[in-house]
Amino acid sequence: MKVTLDGVTKIFPPHSKKESPVTAVSNFNLEIPDGKLVALLGPSGCGKSTLLNIICGLESPTSGSVLFDQNDVTKLPPEKRGVGMVFQNYALYPHMSARKNILFPLGNLKGKAKLTKEEKNRRMLDAARIVQIENLLERKPGNMSGGQQQRVAIARALVKYPGILLLDEPLSNLDARLRLETREEIRRIQKNTGITTVFVTHDQEEAMSISDIIVLMKKGVFQQSGKPQNVYDNPANLFVAKFLGTPAINVFKGKIENAKVFIGDEPVADVPGCENRDVYVGIRPEGLIPDKNGPLTCSFKSIDVLGRDYMIVASHGAAETSVIRAITDSENKIEDNPETVRFSFKKNKFFVFDAKTEERIYLG
Amino acid sequence: MKKFGLKAWLYLLPAILFLVVFMVYPLIDVVIYSFEEGFTTTSQTATGVGIGNFSTVLRDPYFIQALKNTFVLVAITVPVSTGLALLISLGLSSIKKLREFFQTVYFLPYVTNTLAVGLVFMMLFNKNESSGSVGMINTFIRFFGGPTIDFINGPYWAKMLVLCLYTVWIVLPFKILILTSALASVKKDYYNAAKVDGTSKFRTFTHITLPMISPMLFYLFITGFIGAFKAYSDAVALFGTKLNEAGMNTIVGYVYDKLYGDSGGYPSYASAAALILFFIILTITVINLIVRNKLTYKGGGGRA
Repeated sequence: MKVTLDGVTKIFPPHSKKESPVTAVSNFNLEIPDGKLVALLGPSGCGKSTLLNIICGLESPTSGSVLFDQNDVTKLPPEKRGVGMVFQNYALYPHMSARKNILFPLGNLKGKAKLTKEEKNRRMLDAARIVQIENLLERKPGNMSGGQQQRVAIARALVKYPGILLLDEPLSNLDARLRLETREEIRRIQKNTGITTVFVTHDQEEAMSISDIIVLMKKGVFQQSGKPQNVYDNPANLFVAKFLGTPAINVFKGKIENAKVFIGDEPVADVPGCENRDVYVGIRPEGLIPDKNGPLTCSFKSIDVLGRDYMIVASHGAAETSVIRAITDSENKIEDNPETVRFSFKKNKFFVFDAKTEERIYLG
Repeated sequence: MKKFGLKAWLYLLPAILFLVVFMVYPLIDVVIYSFEEGFTTTSQTATGVGIGNFSTVLRDPYFIQALKNTFVLVAITVPVSTGLALLISLGLSSIKKLREFFQTVYFLPYVTNTLAVGLVFMMLFNKNESSGSVGMINTFIRFFGGPTIDFINGPYWAKMLVLCLYTVWIVLPFKILILTSALASVKKDYYNAAKVDGTSKFRTFTHITLPMISPMLFYLFITGFIGAFKAYSDAVALFGTKLNEAGMNTIVGYVYDKLYGDSGGYPSYASAAALILFFIILTITVINLIVRNKLTYKGGGGRA
């Protein structure tokens, strides 16, 4: 099912007279194509969970509308929307076995939709098979690991054949190893079922690694969406550039003057036809290449060997952070413990942003 | 462990002393008394040892009356008060406005003197022909054209009704307090999950809310049973100390009566009655615990 958000805004009223109302989601427009795995990505408190709840129907938007395919579902309660939801803490009923938990949504079907016992069991087993927990069906949630509980929760959401599967921070309660395993698992389940899936995360690596589309938001405002690699390669603003990628992008204060980009006082690139102004220059770690004749001079700090690659840690007076990092393969050798190290750039890893608006300035 | 043995016992000593003097010794004494036949406070000697006290007590019509009253009281007030408390708590947890106000209101009886409440109940249900004062309830009945009833000195069922109402009124606040906090402790996500799945309100209540608060419900049942079996002051507050004559005595009232009341001076009979009460409560509690272990979900447990 296709999901369209049209100008969705959510303003929470203040709890007391002293507080002011909180705008959790602001004029959000988004189209989620059918059958894709979509990540809602942003820092904590940016309104991504609220947005998920609005799609689910647990929250209603203050203004704007939510469309599933062509149907406006803004006013529909969650049970009429045909969505499956997996909560951050799974919300498995602790007094029921996995089997009963998965069967529970089917027991709500009434009238024509009512299922026979055999049909219920068949669907329950199908769902259990998809998430591979057939051997855990008699266990209660308290006797399962976090990852197993997660699978039961997904099975419970899938068993009623929802048009959309929603997952709120699905990996945040798992330890590091399980997290890797489970995110592949979510990918696999989504591929097998072909169900439109939206999940919320604050972990950019998680979002980039498994989703077809990532949607970045900040303080309730849409930033950018697209295929993970495209967004990474073409950040629309400084926030997106900084949020994606580990190690993070190196950001320098600079300016454009006389058709040249300056980092600090050093001219580093020619940009014909650009107006003079203050800018931020962002360079991905893999975009900095050690080069004796490079335009950017930094003080050398250390070298970390990462196996195939190595990382040069250096510092620069105009950098936003105390250290800047460059990742390069071992062919670009530098001498041992130099005073300074000079870099040149890969053009497609070099971005300029307006200092005031933080929007990308596209260079000619 | 061994190293701290002596010190530990020293710390425990005050508590142990108090328990031995005021709990263990009297308990043993009660058992001894109950088997000493013919012992009275005036004679101070026993004529023999046996189960005579028990058979005397069990044949005493006043004891039978007290036993019956106690069982009626337990059978009516425990389910009614717990059910009512659950309804009120559900109501309280589903309102937002004035919730704290109502919580305070419902808690007030708990901090009110039981005798004062008894007095109020007496006045409400009063029908004193000689003084001509008629309580509010009888005024109501008269207003709707019914015959007035003497709830305090009248027929047995009328008095029992007042006693039950009074007991429910007295125990309700504590149960409401426990159940509202139990309801509040059920995580909202469970309700959200149920809502997304289109679960009806009734099914949500029976399949999610009830099992989640069942440990607390059983706690209330068990303590409620024990409390109701030990009822005494409630009856005194309503009907005065001459409970045998009023036919409103309870087992604990009977015990008191055999010790210090009008038919007092027989600690052996009192002890025997007290032991009988003990075994009744023990049996009921064991049954309760067995049922609880079968029915309730045990929170937490296992790996998280």
